[in-house]
Amino acid sequence: MKLEPILQVRNLKKYFPVKGLFFTKGHVKAVDDISFEIRRGETFGLVGESGCGKTTTGRTILRLIEPTDGEVIFQGKNIMELKGDEMKWFRRKAQIMFQDPYSSLNPRQTVFEVIMEPVRFHGIHVDDPEEFVIKLLESVGLNEMHLYRYPHEFSGGQRQRIALARLLALRPEFIVLDEPTSALDVSVQANILNTLKDIQREFGFTYLFISHDLGVVKYMSHRMGVMYLGKLVEVGPSDEIFEKPLHPYTQLLLSAIPVPDPELAKELKAKRMKVEGEPPSPINPPSGCRFHPRCPFAKDICKKQEPPLMEAEKDHYVACWLYSKA
Amino acid sequence: MRRMPEPILEVRDLTVHFYTYAGIVKAIERVSFDVYKGETFALVGETGCGKSVTSRALTQLIESPGRIVGGKVIYHSDKGPIDLLKLREEEIREIRGKEIAYIFQDPHASLDPLYQVGYQIAEAMVVHNTVKDLKEGLQRALSILKRVLIPDPESRIKNYPHEMSGGMKQRVVIGTGLTNNPKVLIADEPTTALDVTVQAQILDLMNKLKRDYNTTLILITHNMGVVAEMADRIAVMYAGKIAEIGTAEQIFKNPLHPYTQGLLKAVPNPMKRIERLDAIPGTVPNLITPPSGCRFHPRCPFAKDICKQKVPELKEIEDGHFVACHLY
Repeated sequence: MKLEPILQVRNLKKYFPVKGLFFTKGHVKAVDDISFEIRRGETFGLVGESGCGKTTTGRTILRLIEPTDGEVIFQGKNIMELKGDEMKWFRRKAQIMFQDPYSSLNPRQTVFEVIMEPVRFHGIHVDDPEEFVIKLLESVGLNEMHLYRYPHEFSGGQRQRIALARLLALRPEFIVLDEPTSALDVSVQANILNTLKDIQREFGFTYLFISHDLGVVKYMSHRMGVMYLGKLVEVGPSDEIFEKPLHPYTQLLLSAIPVPDPELAKELKAKRMKVEGEPPSPINPPSGCRFHPRCPFAKDICKKQEPPLMEAEKDHYVACWLYSKA
Repeated sequence: MRRMPEPILEVRDLTVHFYTYAGIVKAIERVSFDVYKGETFALVGETGCGKSVTSRALTQLIESPGRIVGGKVIYHSDKGPIDLLKLREEEIREIRGKEIAYIFQDPHASLDPLYQVGYQIAEAMVVHNTVKDLKEGLQRALSILKRVLIPDPESRIKNYPHEMSGGMKQRVVIGTGLTNNPKVLIADEPTTALDVTVQAQILDLMNKLKRDYNTTLILITHNMGVVAEMADRIAVMYAGKIAEIGTAEQIFKNPLHPYTQGLLKAVPNPMKRIERLDAIPGTVPNLITPPSGCRFHPRCPFAKDICKQKVPELKEIEDGHFVACHLY
């Protein structure tokens, strides 16, 4: 079953200038020509290590950062060209939940005001605001007791729930979740992840789930993309990627995760890929395939030519010369 | 592997309170455990459970408004057992950094941005008189950088911290911690600030150094994956108390405390397909007015009347497996 895409990203690029004393010294190629699609009702996981461009991708898709180049098609419209009312429509349909629950809520607003502000901004009519907010709070596991409290009275997990209730108020269709549980403890994280799954089922949301925690992505996502130095190196169904990763970087990443099971950990550790070094600077990325200096399977072509994202197996794409049929 | 374990640290009834304006925070209450020579002992738990406070209290590294209000920390040094909490500041300084060394979470905060890393490593040795001058210290620093597998150590020794990546800096911090060949190395979330691939490299390095120098490692972490990979024995902490102690196998295969059980079920295992995670209801209690009896009782699915009234003591249920719970 192939679902229709709700959002298509085509050749998206975002370069940040690095300023010297007088001139621009170069560019950080945070996102460098990536294309993928997100299908209606699914959770698409985006993983990678710090600095790989996953957060920039999430923000550029929502046009919170203007891209250097590329298009994002949301329900048939290129959002890079939207203006006025159409942009306001997009702002309502597509939402984001941030990592840090301590800085994403206004400390001077009560929970009621936090949730009602965007509702008023978008001119959504509600008969009984109090009743409306209580219903939202209940759907994320809070209740009317919390209505007139301030953010500082809540724990990190509860704040994320308030942020979630605020998004729900606008009835969005697409939500970017940018490391929504990274600041939380595991027992609280499990609660929030379950709530996210529940409301997705209830309201039919589509999620872009950005995380560095592969266990969480495995639990949440249907399909996923792996990023390395601004490039998408592999895209496919999550279960398949975890079972049989194709790109050497994905293999390295998966073999590096410590598994919460001592016996399995011992077994996996023996098989762990030994790769030295750390990701290089995105200002001057390596030529050809960006992973080639660390790749144990690198060939000549990898140094010279950049591999395109190719369909290696059904619906499973990889950017690696090892899988090139030519 | 069965041998008579020989303790290097015996912690008994360690209690630390923080005197804040809001009230007395009972950060840790009567914490007791043994650490055996040569093992990796992990203290695990969530934010605010007291694992970092415990590790710092071992060498009186508690700053105002915190105070160690009771307990003993018996350290079996080469010269015989000493209670670390009875030592004066000058005496404990002799041991801290030399025989018992620390590695902290944030490598950026552990290095001084104004000095070259080689100088910083050498300084630690000069302070503890393990080298006669800075020059000899710098020579030793070079061999330490080699020991922690920093590529091109001859030029790296002159780097300032900002010229290094996070993983590289953590290697320097580990190197500094190991300069004086400590008997016990306390690593407080040593890889939490690092990416997984770098984390794997650092954990490998710590294991290698531990084997090579027969160091005892106390690992403080919230990451159950890191624990499973590294620890010989584990102590699980909750709200300032020890909930359970056992070997890695006992804790993961047969967790006894309802909190340990809940914690293990809440971790998404990347190698397994999980339909639904079991979450622990509620949140961690406030430690100014902790719950009566067992501190986990308000969140425990098996709580009985006695749990609200009486603090459970640690009991040995099977060989080396202790739990503080009224169910047993």
